[in-house]
Amino acid sequence: MTALSADGRTAVLERGRAATPDELARRADWIRLQTVQLIDRAGLGHYSSTFSCAELFSVLYYRALRLSPGDPSWADRDRFLLGKGHVATGLWPVLADLGYFPASYMESFGQIGSPLSDHPNMRTAPGIDFSSGSLGHNLSVGVGIALAGRLHGRDYRTFVLTGDGELQEGQVWEAIMSASHYGLGNLVAIVDANGFSGGGPTSKAMNIEPLGSRFEAFGWTAREVDGHDVEALSETFDSLPDPGSDRPVCIVARTIKGKGSKMMEESPQAWHLGLLAPDQRDQVVREIEARLP
Amino acid sequence: MTDATPQMENVFFEEEEEKAGPGPRGGNIVGDELARLVQKRDDIVVLSADMGAVVAKLRELRPDRYIELGIAETNTVSVAAGLAASGFLPFVLSMGPFGAIKCAEQIRTDLAYNELPVRFIARLSGLAMGFFGPSHHAVEDIAIARSITNLTVVAPSSDNAFVALLRSTIDHPGPVFFRISEGLDRELYPQPPAFERGRFVPVRAGTDVTVIGTGVGVQLGLAAAELLEPEGVSVAVLDAAYLKPFDDEGVLRAAAETGAILTVEEHNVTGGLGATVAEVLGRNGAPALLRVHGLPDEELAVGVPAALQEWYGLTPEAIAAEVRQLVADRRATLGVASGGA
Repeated sequence: MTALSADGRTAVLERGRAATPDELARRADWIRLQTVQLIDRAGLGHYSSTFSCAELFSVLYYRALRLSPGDPSWADRDRFLLGKGHVATGLWPVLADLGYFPASYMESFGQIGSPLSDHPNMRTAPGIDFSSGSLGHNLSVGVGIALAGRLHGRDYRTFVLTGDGELQEGQVWEAIMSASHYGLGNLVAIVDANGFSGGGPTSKAMNIEPLGSRFEAFGWTAREVDGHDVEALSETFDSLPDPGSDRPVCIVARTIKGKGSKMMEESPQAWHLGLLAPDQRDQVVREIEARLP
Repeated sequence: MTDATPQMENVFFEEEEEKAGPGPRGGNIVGDELARLVQKRDDIVVLSADMGAVVAKLRELRPDRYIELGIAETNTVSVAAGLAASGFLPFVLSMGPFGAIKCAEQIRTDLAYNELPVRFIARLSGLAMGFFGPSHHAVEDIAIARSITNLTVVAPSSDNAFVALLRSTIDHPGPVFFRISEGLDRELYPQPPAFERGRFVPVRAGTDVTVIGTGVGVQLGLAAAELLEPEGVSVAVLDAAYLKPFDDEGVLRAAAETGAILTVEEHNVTGGLGATVAEVLGRNGAPALLRVHGLPDEELAVGVPAALQEWYGLTPEAIAAEVRQLVADRRATLGVASGGA
């Protein structure tokens, strides 16, 4: 549903837009297909960690976020920060589809001078609310943006998508502390808890569980959800507390790294960063396309 | 300062003529200026990593514009980035030793890479906290800060220099790093001077040697110049308040005019002011003698700042001796017999 902003100047995609579960699930698979194409073009990219958050991208951008693609700096938009910036490849087709920039931007993806890169740059890509690349920074940045919302008296929400491995960074816990200290109910951390970091299982590298109770202990409200269940995700985002409330919210989205490709689900680490050979690529594409009508 | 020292135009508060007088020793020019600023502009927020006492006045005036983030410097920088991306002009208060060094990555990645207007105030830099141990020396921050693209790096030499730098950079669209030493007891400028971005400010004219100082180094250089005057040694003193962008032309002009340059800084001689001047001379093939007076690249002693400055020769007398050596070297270079009339 598109409406006009209060001042009549901006076309706004409101929160809670109508989208059927089928549409959202198909959109997630479309994101996976687009990701495969973009990485194929660039010659290198992050597959399996993008696949794990495809449903999150779908539900956020096609239902939950209040957006203004025609006016990316509209002051009342919900903000979305990609803490795990290495999955920007999955975001580019979404932003192009919503009209933030022409689809032709994607033709140069990964090349020198392209506005679109493996990690997002707010200075070159319309629709990116903050750059990322160094893990552990964006939740702090989100605290700043949420504080700004309070100081400006605006009711936008700030969403920050982190990986579970990213939560090993100490700065994240400084941010978590400060968010509850300042009662930032307008801040939502989403953990794409796929159980892996670049080097292997998160639990073996440095255990960060139990995630929900750790956030709760720091004064947040935590919710666990199946990160591939678009209905459950829709319900979770639809029922977020009012942005004016005083507890930040953490959504622990339990996901599968490489979700949607049997080969990647079986060897998620092999496809954290790489390039599918042509026969592998065709196999992954056929598998995903078989799910689409 | 010379009569030629340009005065700051009233670029900051157009509606009124404001002049900051010489700050009293032990004063709080940072707190005073921020308190004035928050009354003039609605986009100011001050973030503190347990440094809130500095801005007690501002907290009284605008408690909503003070955000305490506790002993968590890196989070503080990134939170400031978020506020800047949302239309605010955040000031981050930090202790020098835990500023550029601990937060280098956040300053680079969140502030500089995104060209966000954040003012990073690193107080108690150099040897100011040297009593507390090696952890509290901040003698690497110029080297770190000046290697970060898009970051403006300034070091005031006095209270009025701080006021001038703060006001003249207020509308700069990118981040600005303020390196503030202590011991800036002498007010070099009767009122805030006009700092042109990336230019030295001439503090004293001279013909034999040029002393280029930064921070407390300007005060020391000026005192050394005054010591040498009765000896007939004429020393020019330049205030390198801007460390980035740097006044390459000013270095080359000094090289041409006096042919002998002494740099003075409370910083490791590796990567600091002297190294920057050496780069400029080297890149341009400029023939000039250069001596770099700063802290040695070795484990530094621990003690109260005045004792440490004495220990490491950051005194007018030690600097005057360096100048005398340069004069002798210069005469030798020119083939003039030294040591007697």
